[in-house]
Amino acid sequence: MTKAITPHELDAVPEVTRLATGERGGVSGARSEADYSPDPKELRDDQVDGPELTARLAKTWGTQKGLIGALSTVDHKVIGRRYIITALFFLFLGGLSAVAMRLQLARPESSLIGPDLYNQLFTMHGTTMMFLFGVPIGEAFAVYLVPLMVGTRNIAFPRLNAFSYYVYLFGGLMIWLAFMLNIGPDVGWFAYVPLSGPEFSPGKRADIWAQMITFTEVAGISVAISVIVTVFKLRAPGMTLDRIPLFVWAELINSFVIIFAMPAVVTASALLLMDRLVGTHIFNPAEGGDALLYQHLFWFFGHPEVYIIFLPATGWVSAIVVTFARRQAFGYIALVLSLIATGFLSFGLWVHHMFTTGLPQLGASFFTASSMLIAIPNGIQIFCWIATLWDGRPVFRTPLLFVIGFFFIFVAGGLSGIMLASVPLDAQVHDTFFVVAHFHYVLIGGNVFPLIGAIYYWFPKFTGRMMNERLGKWHFGLAFIGFNVAFFPMHITGLMGMPRRVYTYLPEMGWGNLNMISTIGAAVFFGSFLLFLYNIVTSARRGPLAGPNPWNAGTLEWASASPPMPQNFDRIPIVTNREPLWAHRDSLPVAAGLSVENREQIVSTVTAGRADLRESTPEPSIWPFLSAVAITILFVGSMFTPWALVWGTPPLALALIGWFWPKAGTEDER
Amino acid sequence: MKRAFSILLLSLPLAGCQGWQSALDAQGPSAQALAEMFWIFVAVLGIVWVLTMTALLLALRRRRPADADPLSTDPGTERRMTITVSVAVALTLVTVIALTGLSYAAQKVLFSHKDGALTLLVTGQQWWWKITYENEQPNLVFTTANEIHIPVGKPVLIKLESADVIHSFWVPNLTGKMDAIPGRQNQLQIQADRPGIYRAQCAEFCGLQHAHMGMLVVAEPKEDFERWRNHQVSSAIPPNDPERQRGMEVFLSKPCIMCHQVRGTDAGGKVAPDLTHVGSRRYIGAGTLETTRGNIAAWIIDPHGIKPGVNMPTIQLEPDEVQPLASYLEGLK
Repeated sequence: MTKAITPHELDAVPEVTRLATGERGGVSGARSEADYSPDPKELRDDQVDGPELTARLAKTWGTQKGLIGALSTVDHKVIGRRYIITALFFLFLGGLSAVAMRLQLARPESSLIGPDLYNQLFTMHGTTMMFLFGVPIGEAFAVYLVPLMVGTRNIAFPRLNAFSYYVYLFGGLMIWLAFMLNIGPDVGWFAYVPLSGPEFSPGKRADIWAQMITFTEVAGISVAISVIVTVFKLRAPGMTLDRIPLFVWAELINSFVIIFAMPAVVTASALLLMDRLVGTHIFNPAEGGDALLYQHLFWFFGHPEVYIIFLPATGWVSAIVVTFARRQAFGYIALVLSLIATGFLSFGLWVHHMFTTGLPQLGASFFTASSMLIAIPNGIQIFCWIATLWDGRPVFRTPLLFVIGFFFIFVAGGLSGIMLASVPLDAQVHDTFFVVAHFHYVLIGGNVFPLIGAIYYWFPKFTGRMMNERLGKWHFGLAFIGFNVAFFPMHITGLMGMPRRVYTYLPEMGWGNLNMISTIGAAVFFGSFLLFLYNIVTSARRGPLAGPNPWNAGTLEWASASPPMPQNFDRIPIVTNREPLWAHRDSLPVAAGLSVENREQIVSTVTAGRADLRESTPEPSIWPFLSAVAITILFVGSMFTPWALVWGTPPLALALIGWFWPKAGTEDER
Repeated sequence: MKRAFSILLLSLPLAGCQGWQSALDAQGPSAQALAEMFWIFVAVLGIVWVLTMTALLLALRRRRPADADPLSTDPGTERRMTITVSVAVALTLVTVIALTGLSYAAQKVLFSHKDGALTLLVTGQQWWWKITYENEQPNLVFTTANEIHIPVGKPVLIKLESADVIHSFWVPNLTGKMDAIPGRQNQLQIQADRPGIYRAQCAEFCGLQHAHMGMLVVAEPKEDFERWRNHQVSSAIPPNDPERQRGMEVFLSKPCIMCHQVRGTDAGGKVAPDLTHVGSRRYIGAGTLETTRGNIAAWIIDPHGIKPGVNMPTIQLEPDEVQPLASYLEGLK
């Protein structure tokens, strides 16, 4: 049941009382600043109702059948689903490479894997987890969920969004294909010069790593722009800044961090490519270059990267905690400000990755202070979540279990991070397995556990079916135990002197038992993912039907069907509360007057979320896909010859011309 | 359950932390201070973790009636929670400020260099360490590889350089690590309070054989150290038995001399470890194999089987040349 309101009432949003008395029908448009009258011949959503409205909108917003249709789609849910599945696929590949490394390290002097393959494996593992899983998975969820949660029909710049997915996919496939061909990068996910420079890494391996960064960069920033504009301009009427769901806030801040952090790494990798391919000497100390410059550029991105991975997870945790505590978030403002503070602070910490490079001591100690300071916004978040649970009525379903696991693991990882923030302590544990343990506690605890919770939580929305709860609990148990058995001993292995990135160690070092325990834990942890995969596949086919809101949650994505129709909502909801579905249990107020025949969206004001304009959003197009192909040819070609920048540009230009060719849209006809 | 498990895991290996490459088995003032600071951090942060998790577990009780409106809040509860969270944040702030201060104080002490130290120039190379003992008297300057001797109780200044890529010098029993970066020189001071053999290992990924880039630091009484130094300064003693003489001939007639130096002979290569007293060193291949005649022979025959990718090429030797050559090298005490 829905209620429609008149444009005059739109101006009055957010006034709940008046909306509640709003009557259905007689609505002329969802605009507050009428500078033209809608075309009377065009069918509007207040003229039809019920199943007919749903069907007509689905036809307008739908994805066409066939390969061309699939490659042309601009539906954020289709792209988002592909993004999520691709990122999970890379998570699986990254996990496989980790298992191979753990098998090699289980025994001293093991000859299972040689140094060449091992170096490729840990490079692929790090690169995949950071660039092909960590960054994209957060963005993937944003692509799918942010438009639903802010109550609109598609993401902003949907073609750019589609383009970014293909670029990401091609970049990821390129590096894994190279690995299969035994030219996988072997210089670490950080690719420090001069080891990755032309003198010490001849061949194409380091080029492939550096060019993969370019792919991820293009894709990552494109999505970030789409998300920011969606959150700023496409929110449902009435969604003022303090009614934006915490998940959306997290993705918004995350997008800003991406936009400001990623250029640094692409600068580093582009300069590295220039050193390697066209003979510059930017990082060559023998010719007046500087090896440390690379590290500054890399870590100026690399530390925010950790928060790029963590911030979306705070959004998942917030969503799950609120829903399963059955209480609105405690300290909403504090949580949002913490997110913003984390975003800013993340740019002031990078030097703690470089404490052993011989930097001036006073400068280094500044970064000790700033690194420890990040404990404050993170502490605020943790305490607010605990307070929310405290005053709630926790429902122990699988998503909440994984969030509880997140607390145990992430807090432990955060605290060992405080040790690493100290310059003198870092001098002992830097680049040892202690650090490996620390950041897996932070990243798996801080991203993967919430992610799995998020998948259990939103799976019904994505597929329309529930995941198996019993398997979910087994999955949690195995993952929690497996993780801790794998990674806790690494703290001790590191303190006992085992450096990172070694393919083997001598028996007399005494690290054998601990490494064996870690390997057993890793096997259990990996096993838990196989169970997860099984649960996903079987539940997607045979799971019980979910209905629109199986968890009785409060945010707008649960107002759409499961899985959502192409148009997301038949009528755009009007938001009067941070948890709209809790505030309006029986009927959600909606705005009417949008075109049924064209892809029209409400554009709203940035702060007040007042409906401002009706705007057409782009139709499906094959050109973003073709542009991605063209840019892939250019990027891959330029690893082999600088001339690729010459002959690779015309096809890209043609594809972009096709993409932006002016169309006689319905809007222009008026 | 999980905590009991953690404690079990913790107690299991801590007994074994007495390692010759362990940060927890401090043998010098700097490592000692670091280990003490480490345990202070562990204690403080451990308490924080336990408190937070206790709060979490207590929070998981059902305090609302089943039919409560999720949007309803009780002003009293809200106020109490605001106060509690604020106090917790304030305590967090106090904790991190205290730990920052502690860290900074330790940093000032640890990285202040004492005067009058013995000075070494350590150059990281793929994948071994070149060591030059500096001295004002030119006749006490010499070069060796992969094994440092230091006098007990004396500060030793290590100047760190790199000949190729970034390496990191780390003797956990004595102090924290410092990178060796091409185009720069870093400095690090170490001191051992007890005689012993401590292992060092490259801690910055440096390529194919990063795993086999070890080194020993032998701390010994001053007299022993000086005896060792005076011996190291000297040239190799020519062999006097026929097999080792034959081995020397093999050594000097093969490509070995292109890279290796044996002072007192025509072998003057500088790109690989100085072998003048290789037999006196405990390990060969940068901490890879113990120095025995058999291991030396195995290394010469197949260096790439033992340390794949090592820069030493496989030298073509006749079967009857290997044993004399190994004997000769082993005898270079």
